[in-house]
Amino acid sequence: MEAGTDGSVPVVELTEVSRSFPGPPAVHAVRDVDLVIRRGDYVSIAGPSGSGKSTLLHVMGLLDRPTAGTYRLDGVDTQAMSERERAGWRGRRIGFVFQAFHLLGARSVAENVELAMVYTGVTRRRRAERALAALDRVGLGHRVAFSPATLSGGERQRVAIARALVGGPSLLLADEPTGNLDSATAAAILDLFDDLHRDGLTLAVVTHDEAVSRRAQRRVRTVDGSVREVA
Amino acid sequence: MTRRDLLDEALAGITARPARLALTALGTVLGVAALVATLGLAQTAAAQVAGRFDAVAATHVVVEPRTTGGSGTDAAPASLPWDAEPRLDRLNGVVASGTYALATDGAAVTTVPVADPSGASRLDLAVAAASPGLIDALRGRVVTGRLFDAGHDQRADPVALLGERAADRLHLNRVTGQPTVFVGDIELTVIGIVGGVSHHLDLLDAVIVPNHTAERLFGLPGPAEVQIRTSLGAAQLVGRQAPIALAPNEPETLQARVPPSAAGVQARVEADVNALFLVLGGVALLVGALGIANVTLLSVLERVAEIGLRRAVGATRGDVAAQFLVESSAVGLLGGLVGTAAGLVLTVAVSAARDWTPVLDLRLAAGAPLLGAVIGLAAGTYPAWRASAVHPIDALRRAG
Repeated sequence: MEAGTDGSVPVVELTEVSRSFPGPPAVHAVRDVDLVIRRGDYVSIAGPSGSGKSTLLHVMGLLDRPTAGTYRLDGVDTQAMSERERAGWRGRRIGFVFQAFHLLGARSVAENVELAMVYTGVTRRRRAERALAALDRVGLGHRVAFSPATLSGGERQRVAIARALVGGPSLLLADEPTGNLDSATAAAILDLFDDLHRDGLTLAVVTHDEAVSRRAQRRVRTVDGSVREVA
Repeated sequence: MTRRDLLDEALAGITARPARLALTALGTVLGVAALVATLGLAQTAAAQVAGRFDAVAATHVVVEPRTTGGSGTDAAPASLPWDAEPRLDRLNGVVASGTYALATDGAAVTTVPVADPSGASRLDLAVAAASPGLIDALRGRVVTGRLFDAGHDQRADPVALLGERAADRLHLNRVTGQPTVFVGDIELTVIGIVGGVSHHLDLLDAVIVPNHTAERLFGLPGPAEVQIRTSLGAAQLVGRQAPIALAPNEPETLQARVPPSAAGVQARVEADVNALFLVLGGVALLVGALGIANVTLLSVLERVAEIGLRRAVGATRGDVAAQFLVESSAVGLLGGLVGTAAGLVLTVAVSAARDWTPVLDLRLAAGAPLLGAVIGLAAGTYPAWRASAVHPIDALRRAG
């Protein structure tokens, strides 16, 4: 389990991973994908819709199981895990950022961030401290008690990023993180990703936007369920 | 996830929409309020009924020969002894007792000895035979004159009491002159006029003679029944003992009619009142449960994205199900608490309006909110299962 702390072990190691959905007609969303993401990598996964990039993200985020192949997260084979274990790993090892933010409107900014630690056994005091630190990190330390409804789109996505960061994940998975934002706000979010990358965070950003994709250190294209390294 | 976290998340979930919370809980509020008020008022009313329980009826026991339904030998001999009264007066709890029998039913009674063809002051009156204690046993009073005593009875003296109305119809209102009435050609001296009996109102229209006088003059075979007045609370005991005292060899040939015990009355009143209103309360609770189930299900559908997010940050299916179960239980508990309070207020208010002492089982006050919680829990089962079955991928794909 603690293999993930060793720098030599890749964070994500996909070996001949396929994910097909039984038909009719059967859909092979992901076929025979080999992909390695090392600690500190900033990878973009780009491709047209229907090319399998979302399915790939779901598999990497332990939200979906591959139908063939092996997926090792932090060196541990995820195939053998029970649903309960996978939920625990999702909570501790993976931070999600969604296009739609998915913040709880009735809760404060701090509570939204703390939610990411409710299911992972962090004590209440530690939760509050870490939420504050994460919000500081994304530049929202002054919005702690606000309601998400009063925030701009960019600020909301920052709250979502703080929520993804707060558990100290091995991998931050972003699904079209700028899809709901205007270009200026989107650029600010991408700058934040660069900062986080510099600090050593491992990022995988799924997008159909070439501009977003180009910001990553490594670029992967998905075409018809297969992946190809671009740069 | 700790219990406290679960509770916090669930409470945050239901308090996010206060107006909806209130409406959701309303059904349970009404149902629990109806139940609590019903049970509370039933208990209160039963206590009142028992408290005011008619002291006359509660102390009245009648012993009579058991009617042998259809067993061949009819015309069974009267099995009540002439000395029933002294036998019963020895029993603990008997305040007064007396025998009663109808000597003749409708004899021509007049105050003048001559056969007057015009029929003045000539009436058809019943002649009843009694032991000296009967009038007292029936809570009767002497309007004027006196009662006959054991001496009159033993000597079979030709004396009589007149019922109040009989005396009125015979135009007799005083007995100081020892007036005489003629029953057929039998001459009887009226020594008193009685009234106010609680039972056997026919005595008011009758000529009442001592037992042995009736035996001698009218051929009465024996007393037909015994009327007993008991001290309060002794009716059941006297009812059991009297047949044995009167017919030691065959007490089963006598039957005692005793008032129902107070506890029995109370239970019956409670049962009557409860049956109807419990059904109403139950229906209200069912509607309340359906309301909670409905709104929780709606809430699950609305909060699909939230469920997906919770799954993404590490919640298991069980965590999600538990949250919705706790939410619906909390709504039920809240409804139960408010409903219990409303039911108690209603009980007290009605009691105050009726000058009753409110009586309430404390277990009811404690149990009713729990009932609400249990209903909420049951109502939340299906929505919680639906919530746990939400697939995070589908949930998160939707625009939030």
